[in-house]
Amino acid sequence: MTRQKLRWIYAGLSLALVALFFGGLVYGAVRIPLKDVLQILFRSYEGKEAWQHIVLESRLPQTVTALLAGASLAVSGLMLQTLFKNPLAGPSILGISDGANLGVAIAMIYLGAASYLTTIVAALIGAFVVLLIILGFSRKVSSNVMLLIIGIMVGYLASSVISILNYHASADKVHQYVMWGMGDFSGVSLSKLPWLSGFSLAGIFCSLLLIKPLNALLLGESYATNLGVNVRRARLLILICTGVLTAVVTAFCGPISFIGLAVPHVARLLLGSSNHKHLLPVTLLAGACIAMLCSILTVLPGSGTVLPLSAITPIIGAPVIIYVIVNRKNIHYFN
Amino acid sequence: MKCSVAISTHQLCIGYTGRGFRRVVHPELNLQLYTGEVTALLGSNGAGKSTLLKTLCGLLPALHGDIFIDGKPLAGYRHGELATHVGVVLTERTQTGGISVYDLVSLGRYPHTGFFGTLREEDHAAIRNAMETVGIADKAQRHVSELSDGERQKAFIAKVLAQECPIILLDEPTAFLDVTSRLETMITLRRLAHQEGKAVLLSTHDLDTALQLADKLWLQPACSAEKETADPMVCGTPSTLIENGALARFFSTDAVIFDPVNRRLVARK
Repeated sequence: MTRQKLRWIYAGLSLALVALFFGGLVYGAVRIPLKDVLQILFRSYEGKEAWQHIVLESRLPQTVTALLAGASLAVSGLMLQTLFKNPLAGPSILGISDGANLGVAIAMIYLGAASYLTTIVAALIGAFVVLLIILGFSRKVSSNVMLLIIGIMVGYLASSVISILNYHASADKVHQYVMWGMGDFSGVSLSKLPWLSGFSLAGIFCSLLLIKPLNALLLGESYATNLGVNVRRARLLILICTGVLTAVVTAFCGPISFIGLAVPHVARLLLGSSNHKHLLPVTLLAGACIAMLCSILTVLPGSGTVLPLSAITPIIGAPVIIYVIVNRKNIHYFN
Repeated sequence: MKCSVAISTHQLCIGYTGRGFRRVVHPELNLQLYTGEVTALLGSNGAGKSTLLKTLCGLLPALHGDIFIDGKPLAGYRHGELATHVGVVLTERTQTGGISVYDLVSLGRYPHTGFFGTLREEDHAAIRNAMETVGIADKAQRHVSELSDGERQKAFIAKVLAQECPIILLDEPTAFLDVTSRLETMITLRRLAHQEGKAVLLSTHDLDTALQLADKLWLQPACSAEKETADPMVCGTPSTLIENGALARFFSTDAVIFDPVNRRLVARK
């Protein structure tokens, strides 16, 4: 890979990031011209008060949430794919998002609490309980494949409890829970944004510190140990980092599928290399871009109807996975 | 080149242990691996060649007994310290298809680089040097997935060279290779031992190449599982082991016999 190609990739993604960021502020049910958006953001604005409110209280937090959530989920997916030597691993596979779902289901259906804050706390608790279970098993089980299977099973157990709760719940509570389960970048208000930002930026920062051991893990655990990697500690750090990122994003935005699974593949195909030195930053950028794109696509053009996020992410993610699987013989990182 | 002991073992018992089970692969090994020599470890499938190699480099705990690496007990090495003494080439599947040969070889610099793994000029020099030594430099920018089996093996040997360890252990480095690549790989390893004074230990099933190019042979006998006993490991130069009949005893079965004149296994007539 030449330096020039690298420069183009970083430049292109940065440009897309900026364009999609402002696109998210301009585009929506109400169209607000870019000139007004810029004035609202950067200097005193004396136009329509409603527009100012829409941009600052609704679109800005939604776009920043999409940016951070996309980067967080994508980098989690990448780290888990490398750790578990499985290109189809993702943040939802370890049962962490199922744990968050269960926490929310218990809070909404069983306890009847429905405030925004209790939902987030319940999701965080659920996700961290599952994360602790996985970390507990990771001390006992030395094989990563076995750990992956345990994670999937824990996820099924959580889903099973959710089914029981739903079965006995009233229709409106089930509806409320189902709505949460569709994922949403717009639920984070400007005042809650610092919480999401703090956790996800901390997680993203930690992921950047794991680049060196992640590369060694491409060789497998024995080679990595021989190179002096403390494999157990590296695994623990990767699990904590991805666990916190997934838990926080799921708590604030609901379960979001496919971004963690598909974006690392997009980044690998774009770069033509699995070297995390560039793969990890490119995954972060691509994740942020794709999530912001999904966020924009939830607003149907013309009518202003808003679609659930869970209807959009598979439309972008599933074709990527199908493409990768069909072409796996010609894709270097599969061989 | 003057040879010294790189690895020695004292009453080393190797095998596997877990909750309520224990399988001894060999109960007592007293071995000396020398620098400046290629030592070939021979033995039937299941004799425990891989187990021995993994125990010697600390990937698998010994059941009991002592291992000394460069004169110091294996247990005395801090985490990561061993990485600059013993390098390995294993048969494990890796996920390296998507990185370039250069990136693969650069992973060998892991113990020498800092927290972020940034390569300095001396690291780049070691990587280029390792690739040139094994003859893979022209493929530096290719993806590992594009290499043939023989080239891939060379790339992994280059990785272990970039690690700059005085001791190199290789698990069946010539398996799956065609005849030419097999000999080439062995010639490379022999050059490393003779010219750079490395201690090279490799397991192999390829008796022909081992007799031709190894300095020493280790013949690892299988262990009887119930009694946990085994014959001692037979060690010596190829010609000694041919002359004293050890090779013939080790390999001969009802159907196969070792022909000491032509130095090969033949079918009994």
